[in-house]
Amino acid sequence: MKLHEYQARDLLAANGVAVTSGRVARTAAEAGKVAGELGGKVVVKAQIHAGGRGKGRLVEASETAAMYEKLTSDPANNAGQVKGDRVGGVRLADTVAEAEAAAGAILGKHLVSIQTGPEGKLVKTVLVAEQTDIVKEYYLSVLVDGSVNGHLFIASAEGGQEIEHVAATNPDAIARVAVNSASGWEGYVGRTLAQRLGFTGDQAAQFATLAEALYKTACATDASLVEINPLALTADGRVVAVDAKLTIDDNALYRHKDLADLRDKDEEDPLEVMAQEMGVSNFIKLDGNIGCIVNGAGLAMATMDAIKFAGGEPANFLDIGTVNDPQRVVSALQVIIKDPSVKAILVNIFGGMARVDIIAQGVIDGFKQLGIEVPVVMRLVGTNLAEGEQLLAASGIPAIRATDFGDAAAKAVEAANRAA
Amino acid sequence: MAVLVDQNTRLIVQGIGTEGANHMRRSIAYGTNVVGAIHPRRGGEQQDGVPIFTTVDQAVRETGANVSIIFVPAPGAADAILEAASAGIPLIVCITEGIPVLDMVKVKAALAGTSTILIGPNCPGVITPRTLTRVGIMPGDIFTPGKVGVVSRSGTLVYEVVAQLTAAGLGQSTCIGVGGDPIIGTRQVEAVRMLNEDPDTEAIVLVGEIGGSAEQDAAAYIRDHVKKPVVAFIAGATAPPGRRMGHAGAIISGEAGKAENKKEALRAAGAAVTDNPAEIGSTMLRVLKERGLA
Repeated sequence: MKLHEYQARDLLAANGVAVTSGRVARTAAEAGKVAGELGGKVVVKAQIHAGGRGKGRLVEASETAAMYEKLTSDPANNAGQVKGDRVGGVRLADTVAEAEAAAGAILGKHLVSIQTGPEGKLVKTVLVAEQTDIVKEYYLSVLVDGSVNGHLFIASAEGGQEIEHVAATNPDAIARVAVNSASGWEGYVGRTLAQRLGFTGDQAAQFATLAEALYKTACATDASLVEINPLALTADGRVVAVDAKLTIDDNALYRHKDLADLRDKDEEDPLEVMAQEMGVSNFIKLDGNIGCIVNGAGLAMATMDAIKFAGGEPANFLDIGTVNDPQRVVSALQVIIKDPSVKAILVNIFGGMARVDIIAQGVIDGFKQLGIEVPVVMRLVGTNLAEGEQLLAASGIPAIRATDFGDAAAKAVEAANRAA
Repeated sequence: MAVLVDQNTRLIVQGIGTEGANHMRRSIAYGTNVVGAIHPRRGGEQQDGVPIFTTVDQAVRETGANVSIIFVPAPGAADAILEAASAGIPLIVCITEGIPVLDMVKVKAALAGTSTILIGPNCPGVITPRTLTRVGIMPGDIFTPGKVGVVSRSGTLVYEVVAQLTAAGLGQSTCIGVGGDPIIGTRQVEAVRMLNEDPDTEAIVLVGEIGGSAEQDAAAYIRDHVKKPVVAFIAGATAPPGRRMGHAGAIISGEAGKAENKKEALRAAGAAVTDNPAEIGSTMLRVLKERGLA
């Protein structure tokens, strides 16, 4: 689960990470008030989960697709702006009045960046933070990494840009230091990172304190990733987090009720939220036109790959899991046909824990209850196949049958193309 | 010889709720020697004719159990794994899905340097068809004894691969589902090493997924040590970055996590990589024929 910048900052600050002064605001007047508390010179930042905010554009809901097309079709449209610009989703203000105006221009609009997708994101809150006179920007993150079986710090003196870009162009500029998970934090981790980033004296000490607090935040919140980009060295000699991203391990949310409450459903795809509320949890919306119902995450990914291999595009990822109730299949079908781009549905089931007859019954019920108009291709193998076949034969539903994986994908692509 | 589980396996089941009890019955029906089940409040009772013990320690002392399979729900799974390790169980297979990753960091740190082998969590388990030893949740009837070893992060993809191998006339030696989480007890590279050193295994199928860099580590080992034919498939080539594709470990969060990067590493290591998941079995048959092994 991702958090907003302001939520991540609050968690970091509570765990002792030095962050810039600031607070969240939900109205222009509130933003002005915070700006006043901070002395007037502030930065007003739109709070959405997607990145690229500073270079994004604020538009009305009806204009998001056209703006997204403009930003993504020509890199020049996205490269022209610089941070601190007074057009995008991150704006500088030198007075309380300017801060109010900036917040007023941002709140209630849709922010479109190259990372938001064509729908953009409605901005409901802004972070109002002190302007910092930055001497140098750094990148710092801590994540849980399988190759070191624990926490891994990634740091670079080339902050302010995508770490992937730095990794691709100048891999030596990235320092990787793991925290030994048997010992937990030890001082050498902070000293090593500080030296690699070029910090000396008091700033090295400030950095080490911040890195330790970052690690403690990651442990305390079950974060799979905490990222600070940029971490800044300011003109007055402070080492301080200017931006923050925090992703919490979904599997650990059961023991963090307070953090689970920070979830912002508006940041998620409406179809995915609908799926979750209907008990279809492992659903991810994609851009193609073939809806998929599959059991098992690996098989679901491989089904998407097989569709692509056959020349089609999947409309979703869905691991339906071990189905004990046909109604879950009906719910999945209901979510899938809600997407108007879906032109065909592929049901690919290898029954192990999941039983083929229950899946078949769910599809039959779906045809009866939902009035499915798109072609449905079914490939069924495994536990209780014979019972499932009997149910399908008796029902008379117009499902297209496929024998193996490749056959199923090819038939689904053909059906979608015919319908499109 | 077989890998991990065979006729010497004396299995206990930790966590005998609906799923645990169901799969215990299926393993017994398949032919596996299940010697006990663990339930902290039902010690002394029986479940489907299997004696229930209060603790793993008690079960080990009274039955000589040497493998444990864990179905305990996620909040108690780390405790269950470490209980089995503490009782001296040399092989622990954890099926449980949804364990917080930091719990697994703790478990891995605790097991580091010990001889305990952990498979999983969030895995389908391990099966050796020749000895009818099923320590997992896979449908036993699709497996055929033979010479191909399978390593996979995903459960249902193991079934898919096995069905394709069987259809191509190729049986399986041992199939190891290593699990779909970012931190797992036995990584792909270690599972590949086990199959490489197993005289019953003549060829290896490696089924990877997007996310992490485990496939690259396996590729490095294959390049340096594996003479047996290797066929590989990486699921999720079409998945968008930054989204968790069901498995907690299947998130593209860096260059190494991308399917193409993994495929390239495996191709460079000499593996036959197929882009089409429907052609894993036929690719293995072709590779074996090219080498005069089938």
